Amino acid sequence: MGMTMTQKILAAHADLDSVTAGQLINARLDLVHGNDITTPVAINEFEKAGFSEVFDNKKVSIVLDHFVPNKDIKSAQQSKQCRLFAGKQGVTHFYDVGTMGIEHALLPEQGVVGAGDCVIGADSHTCTYGALGAFSTGVGSTDMAAGMASGYAWFKVPSAIKVVLTGKLNPRVSGKDVILDLIGRIGVDGALYKSLEFVGEGVKELSMDDRFCICNMAIEAGAKNGIFPVDEKTIAYMEGRTERPYTVYEADADAEYEQVIEMNLSELVPTVAYPHLPENTHPAADGKNIKIDQIVIGSCTNGRMEDMEAAYEILKGKKIAPWVRGIIIPATMEVFKECIKRGYATAFIDSGCIISTPTCGPCLGGYMGILAEEERCVSTTNRNFVGRMGHVKSEVYLASPATAAASALTGYITDPRTIKEEN
Amino acid sequence: MEAKGTVFKYGDNVDTDVIIPARYLNTQDARELAMHAMEDIDADYVKNVKPGDIMVAGWNFGCGSSREHAPLVIKTSGAAVVIAKSFARIFYRNAINIGLPIMECEEAADAIAKGDTVSVNFDTGEIKDETTGQTFQAQPFPEFIQKMIKAGGLMNSIREKQ
Repeated sequence: MGMTMTQKILAAHADLDSVTAGQLINARLDLVHGNDITTPVAINEFEKAGFSEVFDNKKVSIVLDHFVPNKDIKSAQQSKQCRLFAGKQGVTHFYDVGTMGIEHALLPEQGVVGAGDCVIGADSHTCTYGALGAFSTGVGSTDMAAGMASGYAWFKVPSAIKVVLTGKLNPRVSGKDVILDLIGRIGVDGALYKSLEFVGEGVKELSMDDRFCICNMAIEAGAKNGIFPVDEKTIAYMEGRTERPYTVYEADADAEYEQVIEMNLSELVPTVAYPHLPENTHPAADGKNIKIDQIVIGSCTNGRMEDMEAAYEILKGKKIAPWVRGIIIPATMEVFKECIKRGYATAFIDSGCIISTPTCGPCLGGYMGILAEEERCVSTTNRNFVGRMGHVKSEVYLASPATAAASALTGYITDPRTIKEEN
Repeated sequence: MEAKGTVFKYGDNVDTDVIIPARYLNTQDARELAMHAMEDIDADYVKNVKPGDIMVAGWNFGCGSSREHAPLVIKTSGAAVVIAKSFARIFYRNAINIGLPIMECEEAADAIAKGDTVSVNFDTGEIKDETTGQTFQAQPFPEFIQKMIKAGGLMNSIREKQ
């Protein structure tokens, strides 16, 4: 019986000729990753179990991004613990203020991950790297500790859902609308324990930034991983970046899928997930009576260059509604620098928005944009759970950068296709 | 191993942000974190929970973040076990890794009511609602995971191998 793309990568990393869904395997890891929230817990477990050295200091990455630049004394202590550990272990992929970015935008950009890799990360959005044709999944801190110690992790080989993409996205419709629409169709546990394998003619029409965004939110459907085939765009992205040789895996023609979902990209519209679940999706056009207090454009889901470009095209030469707070957070220093170079930074400030250095802060209600009681935010982040961005009675509406920017201008949820571009 | 206690009941998709809000994740101190367990959906949980009490919920318990602090605060708060219709996959791994007993049982999750007294036997997977007299059978763990639990968790099991 044939294997899915995910199964092929797992088989290769378990030194097996083939694997089947449900099989328990021990797989070799190409990268073990953590951030400033999850790594301290992993360090404690690692040291408590009596380990003194990581299995390979080039295959461990630690990115300080959640509460960095540190928001308070406690978070500073956690960062310090990561910094000391990285120094002691000689971790080569350690990113602190100055070089850090939001982990899942930063690691692909810096070439730390590539096609064919097997990656675990103590952050649920580690599934992002599937966009490069890697198997990549989120785990907890103890799994990170075990991975750092041994270079291996156990997995139950997942079955898969095949998502067949056709057509082409219309202007101002993006990868975010693809994944929100899919989650709206299958639900927040629609892919529980499974792989979401994206295939079909439509793949070539999606940019790498769209693919990162789509794989990033695979976890929001409960998936173990999301994955795209490797094509010319993937290879062009990896050229000159990836530091290790990459391997291209393809699903077998007779691979088995539990379910096949067809999506015509041409039919998708700007989509918004209302509180308090990412599956609660509606067309942006239906939200015009929902008044908002804040927008956030950024995060591991939507803080990349194309996201900034989409926001710029809508915001340039215009002013956001006076009652709206506009917060724009480029995900990495490279993206930040490019925003300055292209004049986006000036345009964002002139529109009434603020720009911050990279941080996960507002997405998880950490800092840099906490909501008060009964406030509403249109956010390009990935979760809209109760209390996610602040007060238990605040509301988060998930959307694309274009929809968030358009909503900032009017002060209400707005379909970005209704905004005319200034020249 | 057995547990017996009062039931705290929740619905579907209980996410890690309500189990332990991220605003408190600037510390790893389990006792400090546990003071905020479940507070965004049940402000009374921490006030009322006693050692050995039992959490019962619907589908996809623990969805969202990978934060291991989530099973840790439930365990530290005193709850002896979480019974749910299904668990989100990272939460499932984390619960086993840190030693929070979890049981999958759709029938029990439907039938057991808030405030009932329930006893569970972790070895046999039997769940008994002492208030109504009903009994239920949870899904057993795969053998591989049972071995890991017996070895004292993931870190001990890889320690043994090396």
